[in-house]
Amino acid sequence: MGGKKKNKGGMVQNNGVGTVLGTLLFAVLGFFVLFPVLAGALASFRPGIELLRRGLSINLDFSTMTLNNWKLLFTPNPDSRKYFMWFKNSMILTLVTVVLTLVICYFVAYGLSMYEYKLKNLLFFLAIATMMVPFEILMLPLYQEMMDLHLMNTSAGVILPGLCSASTIFFFRQYMIGLPKALLDAARIDGATEYGICIKIMLPITKPAFASMAILSTMGSWNNMLWPMMVFRDAKKFTLPIGLNTLITPYGNDYDLLIAGSMFGIIPIFIVFLCFQSYFIEGMTVGAVKG
Amino acid sequence: MKIKKFLYSQKAAPYVFVLPFILSFAIFWIYPLFSTVKMSFQTILPGQVEWVGLDNYTKLLKDSTFFTAIKNSFTYMVWTLILLIPFPMLFAVLIDSNLVKAKGFWKGVLYLPALTSVVISGMLFRLMFSEYPTSQMNILLQKFGFDAIPWLKQGSTAMFALLLLACWRWTGVNMLYFLSGLKGIDGALYESAEIDGANGWQKFWNITMPLLKPTTIYVLTISVYAGLAMFLESYMLWSGNTSPKNIGLTIVGYLYKRGIERNQLGYASAVGLVLLVLALVINVVQLICNGTFKKEED
Repeated sequence: MGGKKKNKGGMVQNNGVGTVLGTLLFAVLGFFVLFPVLAGALASFRPGIELLRRGLSINLDFSTMTLNNWKLLFTPNPDSRKYFMWFKNSMILTLVTVVLTLVICYFVAYGLSMYEYKLKNLLFFLAIATMMVPFEILMLPLYQEMMDLHLMNTSAGVILPGLCSASTIFFFRQYMIGLPKALLDAARIDGATEYGICIKIMLPITKPAFASMAILSTMGSWNNMLWPMMVFRDAKKFTLPIGLNTLITPYGNDYDLLIAGSMFGIIPIFIVFLCFQSYFIEGMTVGAVKG
Repeated sequence: MKIKKFLYSQKAAPYVFVLPFILSFAIFWIYPLFSTVKMSFQTILPGQVEWVGLDNYTKLLKDSTFFTAIKNSFTYMVWTLILLIPFPMLFAVLIDSNLVKAKGFWKGVLYLPALTSVVISGMLFRLMFSEYPTSQMNILLQKFGFDAIPWLKQGSTAMFALLLLACWRWTGVNMLYFLSGLKGIDGALYESAEIDGANGWQKFWNITMPLLKPTTIYVLTISVYAGLAMFLESYMLWSGNTSPKNIGLTIVGYLYKRGIERNQLGYASAVGLVLLVLALVINVVQLICNGTFKKEED
């Protein structure tokens, strides 16, 4: 990657007018991107029923704004309790999923990159092959399987099928393949066991990869909806996306909670993103460089 | 003791490490894949399974709703390829050049939509496209002198809403893919092209485009899958799996309808396998045309 390069693209000469136009283009794009979120944020200060009766639009009439929806969200009442139960469920599920996914994928990737053995290439090929089948095709038989295994309505049922994520394994492997294997032999001579090397020597070196994958995995898990929606039956176990979805009713009774809760639900992942933006970008682009 | 020693040997260790993958692969990939293939030849009622051969598939061929779903998914997929490859590529080239100030900020802003869950973004778009004259899209229409329309109740405007949602969510993500591809291009190539008197367009066409090809193929491949397997976006825009005249029905939506809502596992499995074959065929043809396999051989 390296440091800053001068006029890397080199496509167009640098001049004042061009810079203004280029920046302007991104300002326009940025405006379109922020527009719906801004409209939603403004709408969270109005009665939810307006959304149903009038639709959503940017409305800058500050005189009619109230804090009622946000009060509903943050004062003790059944709606607020319900919302923060989903919020807590999402937090716990995300945390457990991310930790388990990272640990397991790290071990698998370690096994796929640090040794030479017969089945290695076949196993790696199979890992890539799993990416060739969209999850949506497997969700039905998996749903059946979860019923047979009595894992319906459990967190295990939600987490287990996605634990060995091929893309996470792939990322860790790409990262580890570039590391010197001489380290391993040196440690072996010093009497370290295979597992000791993996945990005590390689894991600290792999930290940056962990960071990128942790963020990407957090994002995926926090926003995951389809599979948890199929597995969780009990409203007490709902995660935030499923919970918010139950608020979308034809009569709009819960739109106060829906709009404030939706806006508040973006905040945690947004904070994670702001703090770790550089890791984020590295994590999601590794597949694309190699092609 | 002997077992422990074996487990700690350099021969056994890699297998211990990859064991979770082997288990997960067998239980959560191979088994469901085979069981869906098996189910597609069966009719499954509670406590009663009947082999029906190719019946599900022949029924599928006569099922006009299924063809509506295929048409919708296919149209959506083609449009996402047209909109979500060239433009993000162009934006990536621009943001990588000197022509844009505050790059980090714009990257962050354009990535923001990917952070919001589809429940939230789908809800926001549904309400912006609502049929009332006071919704954002209708306010815009009226500004240009047109009448308000029920966006989500007619086919072409509904597809427009789906595509706008897709562009909103994925432009930034695809731009980052292309940006990482651009990082791999040697800047010296541009310098020598400049010495030869190449203009901006020639440099883009002869250097950037060919060298971005691996990234483009990657984005193309995942976009074909994502486009054909789209479901939740449509589910959220119509707040449920039903849309007027099925204008928002996708292949996965139909699979969900048959499999989960009507509990016809056999028929739904057939729908899923047709989707799988379609996606695989399109991607294999695309990869062959792009010379991906050929390159690996030599």
